[in-house]
Amino acid sequence: MAGEGEKKPVLEMVQADGADEGCVTFVLHDEDHTLGNSLRYMVMKNADVEFCGYSITHPSESKINFRIQTRGGIPATEPLRKGLNDLSDVCQHVLNTFQVRFCILEIGRSRCELTS
Amino acid sequence: MYHEAALPRRRRGRRGSKMAANMSNVEDIRSRVLLGEFGVKNVHTTDFPGNYPGYDDTWDMQRFQKNFTMDIVDLDENCMEFDMVGIDAAIANAFRRILLAEVPTMAVEKVFIYNNTSIIQDEVLAHRLGLIPIKADPRLFEYRNAGEESGEDAGSEIDTIQLQLKVKCSRNPRASKDSSDPQELYLNHMVYSGDMKWMPIGNQADVFADANIGPVHDDILIAQLRPGQELDIIMHCVKGIGKDHAKFSPVATASYRLLPEITLLEPIEGEKAERLKRCFSRGVIHLEELNGKKVAMVVNSRLDTCSREVLRHDDLKNLVKLGRVRDHFIFTVESTGVLPPEVLVTEAIKVLMTKCQRFLNELDNTDME
Repeated sequence: MAGEGEKKPVLEMVQADGADEGCVTFVLHDEDHTLGNSLRYMVMKNADVEFCGYSITHPSESKINFRIQTRGGIPATEPLRKGLNDLSDVCQHVLNTFQVRFCILEIGRSRCELTS
Repeated sequence: MYHEAALPRRRRGRRGSKMAANMSNVEDIRSRVLLGEFGVKNVHTTDFPGNYPGYDDTWDMQRFQKNFTMDIVDLDENCMEFDMVGIDAAIANAFRRILLAEVPTMAVEKVFIYNNTSIIQDEVLAHRLGLIPIKADPRLFEYRNAGEESGEDAGSEIDTIQLQLKVKCSRNPRASKDSSDPQELYLNHMVYSGDMKWMPIGNQADVFADANIGPVHDDILIAQLRPGQELDIIMHCVKGIGKDHAKFSPVATASYRLLPEITLLEPIEGEKAERLKRCFSRGVIHLEELNGKKVAMVVNSRLDTCSREVLRHDDLKNLVKLGRVRDHFIFTVESTGVLPPEVLVTEAIKVLMTKCQRFLNELDNTDME
């Protein structure tokens, strides 16, 4: 289990009695719809995932319950890891694209200033 | 003709995607939000694996990279409009939420009031000071440790900016006798944000020599004084995020809308065309002269506010289809002036990546135990 001891927990795994590794509720501390919904989208894009959903436990608690159920006994940590990696890659691509567009705009503007 | 073809198609769409007969409609359900007379349809993302026979909806990075485009439409000092096409609302919304609440900025957090004889109460004054945007690059500062609350001014050069506001109002000796104008009678009777002076701590004077730290705007009225009243205040600015307090939010507004799409299902001419034009925002519909008749054409659906006014006209509502493109986001980001908008967007994207990394690290650590 994650983050026991004096430090605040970041990630916890909750499993029902007798459930296999494929059915896990992850508790993501200090997160909300921002990561919850975008990560849910990425995880649901995985064909190995039968169900993925999240809920905010209570408005005054800053944590979410993130549930994953997989097909064929795949451990639920795998689609979670893939989802996080995919989301991170998406962000990297968005960032690169944005910076390229911004540079093109800036170069265009400085050229306009030079010619005018 | 067109009218009758359009109606049954819409009816079929409601029943869902299971029937093979309406494959032509599936693409519409997947990629468009339909603005109907009595509600908005196909709102949710449905392109998940297993939902549509014949579609491969599993995540494919190459396909995403091929379809994804961005375009900066408008950019000035504090405002930016850009298009983000080919991404899901879940992720676009994450960027928007982060811009509002999770990109850090510096703001006044602690106010030490040594003297306040003005009519504004200490706590109200402290609140007003907190809301003033402070121009300082938050990326060059650390978060102040919450544990070290004990020492009153425990702030150090790496996490705190110190500002001073020291104003005393007096009578203007050179004012004419019969004047009743406060501007002329008093000196220093209006306290502006520009009166907040930066007091560098440690090596800050060298490190931020050309950063020009202080309030973004010099003309925010903080308080009004009368002769004899004075303010003597020292403020500590710290790094924080909008989730904690709205004063840390770096944007005046950050929002997106979906690109409107207007399709004319059959030619619309004459008086109908005139009326159609008036149903939409200016510049959306253009009337073209064809064989002596005015024919309506959609020239720029982006300008439309999606008022759906056209659906109130019984003879027009079946001639047009109103929708929005599900994956075309028109972002508007308006900075408070603390950081330029393009920096805010890049920072927001980095914040989401950091979130992912935090849990990936945690997953790796738990596996090893």
